[in-house]
Amino acid sequence: MGHRCAVIGVGQTHYTTKRRDVSIAGLVREAALRALEDAGLTFRDIDAVVIGKAPDLFEGVMMPEAYLADALGAAGKPMMRVHTAGSVGGSTALVGASLIQGGVHDRVLVVAFEKQSESNATWALSTHLPFNASLVVGAGGYFAPHIREYMRRTGAPGHIGTLVAVKDRRNALRNPYAHLRIPAIDRAMVESTPMLWEPIRYLETCPSSDGACAMVLSSETALAGGGTPAWIHGAAMRSEPIFRAGRDTVNPQAGKDCAADVYRQAGITDPRRQIDVAEVYVPFSWYEPMWLENLGFAAEGEGWKLTESGATALDGDIPWNPSGGVLSSNPIGASGLIRFAEAALQVRGTAGEHQVDGARLALGHAYGGGAQFFAMWIVGREKP
Amino acid sequence: MPPPETDGPPAARHVLEFPGGYTRTTGPVIGRFLTELRAGRLVGVRTAEGRVLMPPLEYDPATGDAVSDEYVEVGPAGTVTAAAWVPQPLPGHPLDRPFAWALIRLDGADTALVHAVDAGNPKALRPGSRVWPVWRQDRTGHITDIAHFAPEVTRIVSPVAPEYRIQAGGALRVFLEGVRRGVFLGGRCATCAKVYVPYRASCPECGSAIDERVELPDTGTITTFAINNLPDPRAPEVPFVSAYILLDGADIPMIALVGGVPAHEVRQGMRVRAEWLPEDERTLSMANVRWFTPTGEPDAEL
Repeated sequence: MGHRCAVIGVGQTHYTTKRRDVSIAGLVREAALRALEDAGLTFRDIDAVVIGKAPDLFEGVMMPEAYLADALGAAGKPMMRVHTAGSVGGSTALVGASLIQGGVHDRVLVVAFEKQSESNATWALSTHLPFNASLVVGAGGYFAPHIREYMRRTGAPGHIGTLVAVKDRRNALRNPYAHLRIPAIDRAMVESTPMLWEPIRYLETCPSSDGACAMVLSSETALAGGGTPAWIHGAAMRSEPIFRAGRDTVNPQAGKDCAADVYRQAGITDPRRQIDVAEVYVPFSWYEPMWLENLGFAAEGEGWKLTESGATALDGDIPWNPSGGVLSSNPIGASGLIRFAEAALQVRGTAGEHQVDGARLALGHAYGGGAQFFAMWIVGREKP
Repeated sequence: MPPPETDGPPAARHVLEFPGGYTRTTGPVIGRFLTELRAGRLVGVRTAEGRVLMPPLEYDPATGDAVSDEYVEVGPAGTVTAAAWVPQPLPGHPLDRPFAWALIRLDGADTALVHAVDAGNPKALRPGSRVWPVWRQDRTGHITDIAHFAPEVTRIVSPVAPEYRIQAGGALRVFLEGVRRGVFLGGRCATCAKVYVPYRASCPECGSAIDERVELPDTGTITTFAINNLPDPRAPEVPFVSAYILLDGADIPMIALVGGVPAHEVRQGMRVRAEWLPEDERTLSMANVRWFTPTGEPDAEL
C-alpha cells in the first residue's frame, strides 16, 4: 500500500435542496475552507487538489478542474478531476490518497460536489440516444428491477426497505449537515408514499441535494492540526462492464472483489465483527440488505435478516450510515466522499451526536454507474 | 357623456381634472431630490439629529425641525422592509404585470421609500430581499424616473446544447437491419460461447472479436422488471413496465417495454413475444418492436 496516509481535516456544507446564495465555486470553497480549518492549514500548505463530480450533464459543467482551480487554491499546483459516476466521491478520495501513498505529495486536498438544483439528474441519466430504446427512466428506473430480483431470490418481506428508510432518516436527525430531516418519520409514513419505480417508494429514495465535502489527506511526516488522524488501512477500487453475459446485477462481482481487496489490506476476515461502523452508499433503501451481502457482512440471502434484527441501527452491533447516509443527503458527486469522510469522523471520534461509541475501524463505500464502479476504504484510529 | 338609461335614479360619470394638471412648487429639498433623480442619482437629506431621510422631507417628522442642507447619496441598492403583492395591476399602476409594492430602505438611508418591485412572483420577495432601481431612459425629475425596482441578479440561465451526429456503428447497423426485417440478430463469442444480443463486434467478457451471427427467436422470458409511475415520452401510458427480457437462446437480457397486459399482472418468469410494427412502418430502429406481450405459456423457471 506504500506510504502511510491519514485524514487530518474534514469539511462539509449543510446539504439542502437549493443553495441559491453561492455559486458552484463558492460551494466547493466553503467545504474546502472547513476542511483546512479542521486541519489547521491554509491553501498554501496543500500540494495538490483532486476534485470529483457526477457526469457533465448534471450541471452542464464539463471541466470543473479548470473552472474551480481558483476557488480551491490550486493555482500553480497539480489539479485533476476524477470521473466514476456515482462512486466518484469515493474514487476522488482514493486518487488523492494514492498521491500520498505513492510518495508523490505530502498533503492533498480532495473535494467533491453537486449542485442538483441547477439541473435535473433524471434528465441527465435518461438522454434517449438515437437508435436505442432503453426505456430506463433515471437511476430509480435502472435499479428497481435489480431490487425486485433481490426480493425474489431471498424471499425478503416487503417491509425491509421501509425499515432502512426510517432508520437512516432517524439517524439524520442527529447529523446537523443532513438534508432530509423528518422528525415524525415512521413505517406508516414511508408506506403511505407512492411507488415511483415499483418496488421503490418515494420515501425509499434519496433526495436531490446541493452540497460539497472536502478532506485534507496527509502523509505521516506532514501531520498537522491537533485532532486525531484517521489512518487509511485499506483502499480499493474495482469496475466491471455493465453488459456482460452472466453478470450478477444484484450481487456484482466487482463489489465482492473490491471488498475482498480492501479487507485483505486491512487484515479483516470478519467484517461484521471487526468493523465498528460503516458508511455505505445506499441511495435506495433496499441497497442496505443487498450491500450487506455484497460486502460480506451477511451470507448471501441473509442481508435482510440483519437489517430486520436492528443490527445496522445506531445502537446495533454494526451501525450502517449513522450520518443518515445517501437516503438523507445526496449531492450525487459528493455522496461517496461524504461516506468516506463520515467513516473518518467516526474513527477520529468527531462525529458528534451520531458518533458510534469507541469506533476504531470504519468502512467508507461508494458505488456508481449501473452498480459497476466500486470504491472503498477502511480507516482506523490506530496507525496501520 | 349622456346618462345611461337605468331603472334607478339617474347616474353619470364625472371627472374632475384641472386642465393641464395642477402645478406643484417643490421647494428646495424635494426639488433637489427630483433634480438628482433626473440625473440618475438617489439622494437623501440629513436631519439635524443626523439621520438620513429617503425620500427627503423638508421638515423632520420626528422633531419638526427643518432638515439640514446636507444631501447624502444613498443606494442604489436597498433592502425591502415590507412588501404587498399586487396580483392584478390597475390602470395607473407602474407595471402592467403582477408586482409588489414595497418599502425599500436604500443603503445609507434611515427611512424607507415606497416603490414598485418587479419580482416575478410573491415568493421572490420578503423582508430582507435586496433590490436595485431600474431607471427610465428619458427622465423628467419625477419619482417615476425609477421605472421600478428589481431583485438582485442571483441566477442566470445558461443555454447549452451541444449537437452531435450519431452514426450507428457497424455492429448496431447489422442488428437494426435485422430488426427492420423482424428478427433479432445476436452474436456468439467463439471463446466463451456466450450469445450476445444486440449483435456486437467484440465480447465484453473476453475481448475476442465476435464473427458468428445468430438469429434469435422473438420469444423470451421476463427475468425482472420495474413498474414505472413516472411518465416517459416513449411509453404509451403510466404506469408502464420496463423489463429485462432474456430472448430464447441469448445469454444477456434486453430492456424493453411490456404491453398488452396490466402492469400489476406482469411476473418474473413470464413468457413474452415481440409485437412488431407492420412491415411498411418499420425503420432502422428498436421502435419497430412495439413492445413484448405475454404468450400465455406457463412461466419459466428463473
